[in-house]
Parts: sequence; C-alpha cells; structure tokens
Amino acid sequence: MANFIQQVVSGLASGGIYGALALAIVLIHRATGVLNFAQGEMATLSAFVCWSLIDHGWAFWPAFGATIFLSFAGGVVLEQTVIRPIQNGPLLGIVILTIGLLIAINGLTTWVWGGAAKQFHGPFSTAPINVGGVAFSKQDIGVIAISVVSVVLIGLLFTRTKLGLGLRAAAANPTEARLVGVRVPGMLALGWGLAAVLGAVAGVMAAPSLFLEPNMMQTVLLYAFAAAVLGGMDSPVGAVIGGLVLGVLLNLVGTYVHWVGGELRLAVALAVILGVLLIRPAGLFGRTAVRRV
Amino acid sequence: MRRPQPKLTVFAVGVLVVIVLPFVLSEFRTVQLATVGAYFIAILGLDVLTGHSGQISLGHGAFMAVGAYTTAILMSSHGVRDLWTIPIAGAVAGGIGLVAGVPALRLSGLYLALATFGIAIVLPTILKKFDHFTGGSTGLALFGKPTQTGHGIGVKILGQQLSNNQWLYALTWTIAAALFLVAWWLLDSRFGRSLRAIRDSELAAAAAGVNRSTYKIAAFGVSAAYAGVAGALFAINVAYVSPDSFPIQLSLYLLVGAVVGFFGSIWGAALGALLILFLPDIVGLLPHVDTKQAGPTTFFFGAVLVVLMLLLPLVLRVGTALSNRGYSRPQ
Amino acid sequence: MRSSTGCGSDLSLLELRDVQARYGEITALHGVSLTVAEGDFVAILGANGAGKTTTLRAISGTVKTSGDILFDDHKLFRRSPEAMARKGVAHVPEGRGTFSTLSVLDNLRLGAWVQRGVSPRDLANVFEFFPRLYERPDQQAGTLSGGEQQMLALGRAMMAKPRLLLLDEPSLGLAPLVVREIFAALKQLNEGGTTIVVVEQNAALALAAANHAYVLETGRVVLGGDAADLKANESVRRSYLGY
Repeated sequence: MANFIQQVVSGLASGGIYGALALAIVLIHRATGVLNFAQGEMATLSAFVCWSLIDHGWAFWPAFGATIFLSFAGGVVLEQTVIRPIQNGPLLGIVILTIGLLIAINGLTTWVWGGAAKQFHGPFSTAPINVGGVAFSKQDIGVIAISVVSVVLIGLLFTRTKLGLGLRAAAANPTEARLVGVRVPGMLALGWGLAAVLGAVAGVMAAPSLFLEPNMMQTVLLYAFAAAVLGGMDSPVGAVIGGLVLGVLLNLVGTYVHWVGGELRLAVALAVILGVLLIRPAGLFGRTAVRRV
Repeated sequence: MRRPQPKLTVFAVGVLVVIVLPFVLSEFRTVQLATVGAYFIAILGLDVLTGHSGQISLGHGAFMAVGAYTTAILMSSHGVRDLWTIPIAGAVAGGIGLVAGVPALRLSGLYLALATFGIAIVLPTILKKFDHFTGGSTGLALFGKPTQTGHGIGVKILGQQLSNNQWLYALTWTIAAALFLVAWWLLDSRFGRSLRAIRDSELAAAAAGVNRSTYKIAAFGVSAAYAGVAGALFAINVAYVSPDSFPIQLSLYLLVGAVVGFFGSIWGAALGALLILFLPDIVGLLPHVDTKQAGPTTFFFGAVLVVLMLLLPLVLRVGTALSNRGYSRPQ
Repeated sequence: MRSSTGCGSDLSLLELRDVQARYGEITALHGVSLTVAEGDFVAILGANGAGKTTTLRAISGTVKTSGDILFDDHKLFRRSPEAMARKGVAHVPEGRGTFSTLSVLDNLRLGAWVQRGVSPRDLANVFEFFPRLYERPDQQAGTLSGGEQQMLALGRAMMAKPRLLLLDEPSLGLAPLVVREIFAALKQLNEGGTTIVVVEQNAALALAAANHAYVLETGRVVLGGDAADLKANESVRRSYLGY
C-alpha cells in the first residue's frame, strides 16, 4: 500500500509536468487550430537556458524567473517571425513548419550545449520525507506544487482578467474579436508566449529527474500530446487533468504490469492517443469537434 | 501519341547521370549515393501519400523500419537471399500500410500527423522490447551472412566485375528507377487523378463517384510498400539494422525531403534525398561550423523546412503549375 | 426624387465617396456614395447581392476598399476592424455574431473592450433593455435562442457605447415579437443619440424605423432620401414593399 501511494504521488509529479506541457499545446490549438510539435523542444531550450544561468552562478529561483521571462519573449518572437506570415495558409503547412522548428531547435540546443546529458540540480532535494510510513520525495512534492501554481496562475489570467477575456475571444472567434476591437494578432503572439512559459516550467521541472539533453522533452512531448488528447484538445482543464491521470496511470502500469515495465510506457501513451482519437475524438472534457471536410 | 515529352528527356538525363556517377566518384561517395537511392524511394512513397492523397505521415520511418527488419530477420534467421527479401519487405510494409490506412481514414489531417508522429517516436522502444525477433538494442548484423549477395566482396554481372559498393549502388538505383516509373505511371493514371480529386475536395470527389475510402487506403498501402522497399535496401546497403537506425528524426527528414522536392511532385524526390545526405557537407562549407557535431546540420535541416514553409505560397504555386502541366491532358 | 447625397443635418458623421470593394474577381461595390448624419437612423435596402452587407463591412474595415471613407470629417486611411471599433463603430454582423463558446456576461464584457473598463451602469442599462439576458449571465452564448442571441449581439454593441452602430439583418430568422422588441430598442438607442445604420431585407420594418434610407442595386446607390419619401416611391414599393 505504501508503495502504491508512493507511485501515485510520483505519478502526479510527472503528471504535473505532462499537464503543463499539454496545457501549452491546448492553448495554441484552441487559438489557432495548430498542433505545435515544437513545444517540447522549446521547453528543452528553456531548460538549457536555465541550466546555463545556474552554471554562471545564479541561484535557482532568479534563474527560473529569468528563464520564464526569456521563454515568454521567445514564444512571442517566434510567433511574430515564423508563424504569423503563414497564419492564414493551410493548417498542415503550419504544422509542418512547427516540425521544422522542432528539428531546428533540437539542432540548436545540440549545437550550443552539446549532446551529452547534463546533471540539472533542481530547487528541491531528492531526499525523502516520511509521512505515516510512506516516503515521498521532496522533489515530487515540489514539482507538483510548482505545476499546480503555474497552472492555476494561467487559469486565473484567462478567467479573471481583461487580457484573458481577449485571449479567449481571439481564440473563440477571431473575426468577431476584431470587430469589438481586440487586437487578435497580438493575442495570438501572447498565446505563444504563455505556451512557451508553461513549456519552460515543464522543462525545468523535468530536467532534474530526466537529465538535461537535447532530446529530453521528445518523450515528454508525446506524453503531453496523450494528456491533451485524453482531456480533449480544446479543454485547458482537460489537458491538466489528462496529464495527472496519465502520469499516475503510466506509473502504476509501469510498476504493476511487469510486461509493460518501464520500456513500454511510451507505447501505452501512444495507445491512449490512438484509442481516444479513434473512439472518442473529443476526449474526456472536449466538445465534439465539427469535422471540417 | 503526343508532342515530344520534356519529362521523358528529364528522366533520360536522370538515368544517365545515375549511370555515370559511380565512374567519376569515389567508393565512399558511391556508398552514400546508394543510401540516397533508398531515401529517394521512401520519399516517392511519401509523395504519393501526402502530396497526392493529402494524408500526412510524420512516421514513414516506421514503415522503413518494417521493411528493414523484414529483410534483416529473413536474411539472418530464415536463410532468405537478400534480393528476395526486397519484394517481401515491400509486401509486408504495404500490408501493414493498408491496415493502418483504415483507422487513418477516421483522423483529420492534424490528428493523423499526431498519430504517425507518436508511432515514429514509440517504434524504437517496441523494437527493443521484442528482442528475440529484432536483436533488441544490439540490432541485427548482416555483413558476411551467407544470404548476402556477393558476400560483401563484389558481384559479377554480365561479365563485369562490380565491387560490393558498386553492386549496392546499381541494385538500389535500378530498383529506384523502376519504382519511379511505377509511381509516374500510377499518378498519371485514373488512380492518381482520383487521389488528387479526393485531396482537393472530398465532397466533389464523392459526388463524382470516386470511392474515397478505397483510394485513400490504397494510397497508404502503396506508400508504405515504397517505404518498405526503401527500408529493405537500407538494411542491405548498411548490412546492419538496429532500433536506433530509425529514430523520429528519420521520419521527419523524409518529410523535409518531400517538402524540398516540391511536395507531391515525384520529380523533386531526388532533390530531397540528396539534401538529406549532403546537407552536412553543405553546412560544413560555412565558416566556423563544426559538422563533426550533429547540432549544426540538424539545425539547418529544420531551418530549411521552416524557410520552405514560409515560402509555401510560392512553392504551392510552382507545384500547381508543375502538376497541371504534367497531369491534366486535354481530353 | 432627391439625389443620393445631402441627407438631413449638415453634421455628417460618416461619408462614403465612390467606395469600391471586391472579393477576389468579383466586384461587390461599384462605387457607393452615401452620407450619414450624426444622430441619424439610416436603412440600407436592396435585393440579395446588391452590396448591402459589403457596404457595412467597408465601413467597419472588414473588407478592403478603394475610394474615400470619412468619419467625423476625417478621411480614414488603412482602416482595420480594431481601429474602427476604437473610433466608436460597432458592427453587429449578420447571423448575430456572438462568441458562442463564451458566456453571456463575457460577451457583454467584450463589448466594452474599447472602453476603459466594464461600467456597471452600462451593464445595467443593457439588462434593462433585455431582461432575458439578465436571467442567464453564465449561459454559453451558443446555447441561447436566436432572439436572445440577437439581443446579446445588440447588447454587446451597446456596451461599446458606439457613436455609430452598424446592424446587418437584425430581424433575420426571428419571431415577429422579438423583431419588434429589437427595433424598439434600436429606436430608443437612436433617440439616446446613437447613430444607426441598418441593413434589412424587411423593407417595411426598416423604413418604419429609419429617418433616411438608401437603395442599393448591383453595388451602386440608386435611390436615397427621407424614409417617408422612399416609402411613397412607387418603384421602391413595388420592388421592396410588395404592394
């Protein structure tokens, strides 16, 4: 039983990371109908930036703050320079462009930081704390806390502020939004910035346990996609819940189904993606999408 | 029937270049070009699928892996000579492609991209898991196996002694040329026209009595078969397969190749295949860039794709112009 | 018959001079000229495809045009919908443009986007006009009835406190009772000082509410003048009023 609870908690920690990245994917998908395949690599890049700052003697939290800021700026710049010019083009064109970004950013991080894995010291120690005979890792608890805080902050921004209202309006109906005076292009750029911030949180949280290397987030991206699909591509709440459910599910399956073990966790995530897409494309929380033929 | 065909001329020149190249290039380059031939075939397949039936695949490396492992397993465990494994690899991958084509019908473009991306990411882990078939992470070595034609030394054809590398080059490009002709014929036929009709407007095609599902599934099958043959040739060329031969990058590079070759025009496929192989050399020409490291090349791969997509409106216009000239004959 | 220029008051809020617009190959406006005075209530009539909707879209900047558009006697260059909204033009497009996935209250808040904040007084004002919206502030706009959606669209436009309100077919597909309610609201808004331009298929309704009217045919203004005069005009009666 103790082991079970431990697995659930560490599953929630991974799930928080998946959820944050899934939320980033959903934000962009809602706003523009595009799947950003580069979201994972953007997160890796953020984690590398944070690592470099720490390597230059910064303390973790200032480095983290600066990374968040730089990631936001990077997301905005990326939207303005490469996405905007073909924003009105065919959807698949933009998707392929994000594939290009995936490859380019992966190459860039390899170029700048090398392919070797780096140890990333997070803000939380890996030391266990004992609660009623169950040992939790401080790191897991910390990761869960950070993920929850960032997701809640983004949620508040979207539901409680005028800016959030504009973001939602631009995503829901861009033509209409312009008519009421919302600067839609600005909102889209902002959306990319916020997605990059969530990615940065996911990347920095993932780095201590995964070792930092250029391909670090590729598998996490697939988990995040699975989480987003599970929760419903258009549902921010669904993405977060999907991430948590997936994190716990994968941990439990990995621990208790020996045939799956650690090796087939990715395959389970793929099965979730395929299963949900084929059986219930709207996911758990999404609205059934109108199919565009 | 018709006026002199510029395309036939291009094809003839292409064949001539392919024949002459090994005589002027080093052995090393010859081997490389043999691999280009395999990529070329895979990109042809991707062109049929994505360019003409409008179904995107970010996981064509997976079909290559199926072909490569079919060849490797048959050669190493079942004593099948490498040449015969090629059609079998094509058939196996094609069969899987047909099966995969059925659920693919239900996925809109975006989700098909996602699903195939997932498959490409997961594939290496599955190959590692079923290690009693696949040799796990170690992979399967084929060099020197009795089933290898020429046993890695060389082959005598029509009284001509070919080194092993020349033989692999000749084999790959002969098959590539044949498959190019098949693709040309296929896309010029009723099949190709129906595919494009479906791609351009599903509703209109349905109204014209084209059975969309059959055609789209068939396109998946054909495309996968091409990738399977490409994989088989890849395995034969390299004489070694392992899960790490088929990372997600391979699938993505194939996509880059297809995009570089004016998406959907099989005539550009060679361009894409050449880029995959020679981009490292091109990048190496830049000052202060160390191409011994993977980063710069990868970066420029991505950059090429991004730039091409930004030029997409132009690319599309060129592509449409090309395909209009090629495929719509006056009735 | 009066010429198509020089309606009513001298203080023109909006003036179109030889405005042309096209969608790709198709020219929708062949040179429309019209004037809307401050405080006016103008109806634009015409058959399907006459260019009524495009005229509104030209004004709100959602379609590219050539020719001059003057707002407040200032010539407008490089208009965009956002900029026009800031200038005080509210456009309620055909098919009651609301944000169907957002709540009623969020829709109304968005109406006030160009204002400094959401003023409770404006909100109360809208709710007073349309009590039915007050009853369901958290309902998704897309799940409202057609009439309620039109009320919401109008309410949203009111939140912007526009100087010029553009409405495209506000009566389309609505029950007569709801239509009456909406036009009563329009009338009241107009009396409160808002200039209104309405495009209507239902010419009788529009001419009853409006002070001035223009008739469009194939992208050109063919008639214009006092609503009452137009109502009496024989060709208008035959073509648009049907008696």
